Order: sequence, then structure tokens, then C-alpha cells
Amino acid sequence: MAKSHDVRRYPGFMAITILCLVILYAPLLVVAVYSFNASPSITIWEGVSLRWYVDVFTGPESAKFREAAWNSFIIAITAATTATAIATLAATAVLRSGRFRLRTFSLGLISLPLMVPEIVTAVATLIFFNAIAIERGLLTILLAHIAFCIPFAYMPISARMQGIEASYEQAAMDLYATKRQAFTRILMPLMMPGIVSGFLLAFIISLDDFIITNFVKGAGVETLPTAIFGAVKQGIKPNIMAISTLLLLVSIVLVALSWLIGRRDQARGR
Amino acid sequence: MAGGGATGGSVQADTYREARTWLLLPAWLVLGILTLAPLTIMLVYSFLTKDFRGGVVWDFSLAAYDQFFFDRGLFGDDPPRIEWTYIGIFWRSIWQAGLATLLSLAVGFPTAYFIATRPERERALWVFLVTIPYWVNLLIRTVSMRFLLRNEGPLNDGLMAIGVISEPLAIVNTNLAVQLGLFYSYLPFMVLPIYAAVERYNFALSEAAADLYAPRWTVLRRILLPAVRPGIVAGCILVFVPSLGSFLAPDLLGGARNFMIGSLIEEQFKGNAGNWPFGAAASMILLTLVLILLMVLARQSRKGEA
Repeated sequence: MAKSHDVRRYPGFMAITILCLVILYAPLLVVAVYSFNASPSITIWEGVSLRWYVDVFTGPESAKFREAAWNSFIIAITAATTATAIATLAATAVLRSGRFRLRTFSLGLISLPLMVPEIVTAVATLIFFNAIAIERGLLTILLAHIAFCIPFAYMPISARMQGIEASYEQAAMDLYATKRQAFTRILMPLMMPGIVSGFLLAFIISLDDFIITNFVKGAGVETLPTAIFGAVKQGIKPNIMAISTLLLLVSIVLVALSWLIGRRDQARGR
Repeated sequence: MAGGGATGGSVQADTYREARTWLLLPAWLVLGILTLAPLTIMLVYSFLTKDFRGGVVWDFSLAAYDQFFFDRGLFGDDPPRIEWTYIGIFWRSIWQAGLATLLSLAVGFPTAYFIATRPERERALWVFLVTIPYWVNLLIRTVSMRFLLRNEGPLNDGLMAIGVISEPLAIVNTNLAVQLGLFYSYLPFMVLPIYAAVERYNFALSEAAADLYAPRWTVLRRILLPAVRPGIVAGCILVFVPSLGSFLAPDLLGGARNFMIGSLIEEQFKGNAGNWPFGAAASMILLTLVLILLMVLARQSRKGEA
């Protein structure tokens, strides 16, 4: 087909796509570049240096950030693991236990944290902890994180399970496997790529959260985002840019991992 | 992907019928206790009396909603007039979120269309490129945006160096900065549903129209856009809803004059100056607005399937 007749092509759309990618990546790249700036000022460029990365690990604020990072990590690991387990069981019931009355309700409940604005979830959770008089601290952050991680773990798990035919488990049971064995020996191994992506997404979402954590954390308990927010309120400093760049790398590695697992698996499926 | 809610998918088997309740119990318990119950208690709190040290006194009161909508004068005995302060903040938030949505649509539609018309092998990579920034910490993205846009920032330096401007553009602490921040925060939510819709679109329709001498842009307007409308509506709502309640972009990019709902609510729960019932009431009003929008979305997607 001659190019002039290709109705799919619109002039300028490619330029806008490239502009879009530039807008998406420019701020992140700029911060990453400036995190290597030797100058203590964020405006003047004085040459390449790793001093702010050294500062992050050994500087005067390093103890605060180390503790915040540790809290973030513990919360993200625990919340993502719990949410993934809950989501796996729920997806099995929703997709593999026939039709039932509470199916729509269960799906609605699982997607509720996605539909309610974050600030509203934050307010509601704070009020809830206040009403039942739990002292705010690491535990309240963890509980809130488990809840909002569930839908993010659920999405890839459910997508993966929809791609696995029930006949594998049927075949196992025809060969006298019990239901429990069919679940643990057949369905779970086939589900693994979905479960891993679900876990990684939940982990990133937990690591990222600022608004809800900011409401339900107790005084003196910080996660990395709340610690960064507190520091940024006093002005953007070079060590914040170094921490940001490190976190950026963690997120990108995790997402790339999740993507590659999904892709390799798709390629094998074909 | 994100934002649209968990989709049901088809029921494929009933292998685990007997275990169903046990499989669902953890999800019901956790989400029931930590999501549904808190929303209910928040509704209750919005009808209570505020305590002066933060928190509430358990006395039924309509004061929070009254304060939101009406001005009764300093001593509470003047004839009530409409209180515009909070309605104004909501209105500004709707306006800001709306402009951010339009900006996302203007950039997101061509991007989604371009990606959907790439060879199949390339598409996943393009989608991946657009979604990566979404997974980077929102706080860090917003801080990065502020760093880039501020008066002595790299954007102004660059523009002045090449002589486009002689004075730095004051972008930070304006409405435009907030819109850019929101656009930056939620753009993938616009691109993904439109991409999905264009990918399913039957290009034979465009070709038929072109064969009948419809110009390129007429084909876009009269054939393509109506066909992918459900995707566009979904994208707009998925950007608009989180923008409406956002806190970080207005707080870090907008400054004090560009206050949005999120900051209004946050203020009620910080320190001793807060008013919990009022914060709960404002949250309820925001939640109601959002649920109405999501119902529109649900109807649209049902239409899209039909």
C-alpha cells in the first residue's frame, strides 16, 4: 500500500509520543544527573562526584534515613507477602469455584482500595485506628499497607490464572490427586509467574506509599517516603537527590524484573 | 491495568467449590476490617462533634456539613448564607484535575494511538516505556518535577542559555505547575485504556472511509474517535479521579495559594488545630463525587462491551 493511502498514520503523532517520553523521563534524568554534582548547592554544577552518595550512608542524616529505609523494607516485604497470599487464595475462589452469589461482592471488595481516593482511605484508616484505640506506629502502617496492596497483587495473579486451563488440575485428579494436591502441585507452580509479578507490584506500591503512611504512622516512626517528604519541606538538598536516585533504581529494577518474568513466560506459552 | 478495578474474568471451573468460603475468608476479613469498616466509621465521625485537641466527642451533630456549605456569621445566629470557601476549594480542585485530564488526553491519545499502530512485536516495549515512570515513587517524581521547573532550575537555565527567554519563567507555585505535576503523575492511566481500545479497533473501517474520499482527519473524527470512545472515557476518569484527591502535586508544586481538596483534608488531621468531623465530611463529599464518576465509567465500559 502506498504511504499516502495509509489511513493508520497521522502526521505528528510520533512527535507527540516522543515528547511524551521526554516529559516522563526528563525530571528523573535531571535529578539523577544532579545527584552526582560535587557542589553543596543544587543550582551550580561543580563536576562529577560521589560525595552525596557517601553522605547518604555516612553523613549526619544517615542514621535517620537508614532507620526509615529499614522500616520501609520490613513493611513492604511483610505487606506484599501477606497481600499476595490473600490475593492468590481469593483469585482461586473467584475463578475456580463455580458461580456464587457473593462473587461480584468479593470482586468489588478487592478493588475497593483502587476506587477510593488515597486521601479518603488515609482519613478513614486513621479514624478507624483512633476509634478502636490502637496506638499508631509500625503495626498500623503495616495493616494499612496490607489492605491497599491486595488489589495490586490480585491483578497479575488473576490474569495469570485465567490463562491456565482447568484441565491440568482435572487430569491430576483423574490420576487420583486430591484437591489439595491439585492446588499445591499443579495450580501453584503454573501460577508462579503471576504470583511473583503480583508480589513485586505489591512490594513497589507499599514502598511508594506516602499519603496513607503519613496519616497512620505514629510520631517518630518514619518510612523512607515520609522521611524524604519531611526533608524536602526544608528545601531540596543534594543528599535527597542521591536517595531519590537510589530508590528510582530499585523501582526500575523491580518493574523490569516483573516485566521480564511475564514476557519470558508468555514466550514460552506460545 | 491499574485503576480500573479487578475484573471478573470468566468462571472456568468449580474445582475448589467446597473450599470457596475458606479461600475468600482472609480477603473478606482483611478488606472488610481495614477498608469497608473504616469508611463506615468515617461516615459516622462526620456526624460527630469536634474535640479541641483533635479527635471527636461522641455527640451527634451536623456541624461539619453545616460548616462546609453555610456561613452563619461569627456567633452562629445570622441568617445562613452559602459558604463559598470550601465549595471554592472543591471547584478549584475539579478545575485543576479537569485541565490536567485534558492535557493528559492531548498527549496521551496520540501516544496510545502511535503505540497501538506499531508492529505487534514492538508494542509491549513501548507500553513498558510509558509505564516505568508510574512505578517510580510518586513523591520522588513530584520532587523531581519541582527541581526541574523551579526558577533557578535546569529548565529555566537551559531556556535562558539558548536565548529563548531572558528572565526565568516562574512556573513553580502556579496552577500550571500543579497541572503538569498531575499530568506527570497519572499519564499512564490515560494511555493504557486508549491503547487497548485502539488495538481492538478494526482499521478496515478507516480504510473504507478513506476509499470513499474522507480526508484523514475526518476519518479520525467521524470513524476512529466514536469507535474508541469507551477507552477515552475510561482514561479520562482514571486520570481525573486520582488527580481530584491528590495531595503531593498541589502541596509541592502549587504552594499555599493553589490549595486543593487533598490539602484541605490533610490539614484537619494534623496537629491540634484540626477538625476531624469536618475532615471526615469533606472526605465523604469527595468520595461521593468519585463514586458517581466511577458509576459513569462502569456504564461506559458495559456499553463498550455490548
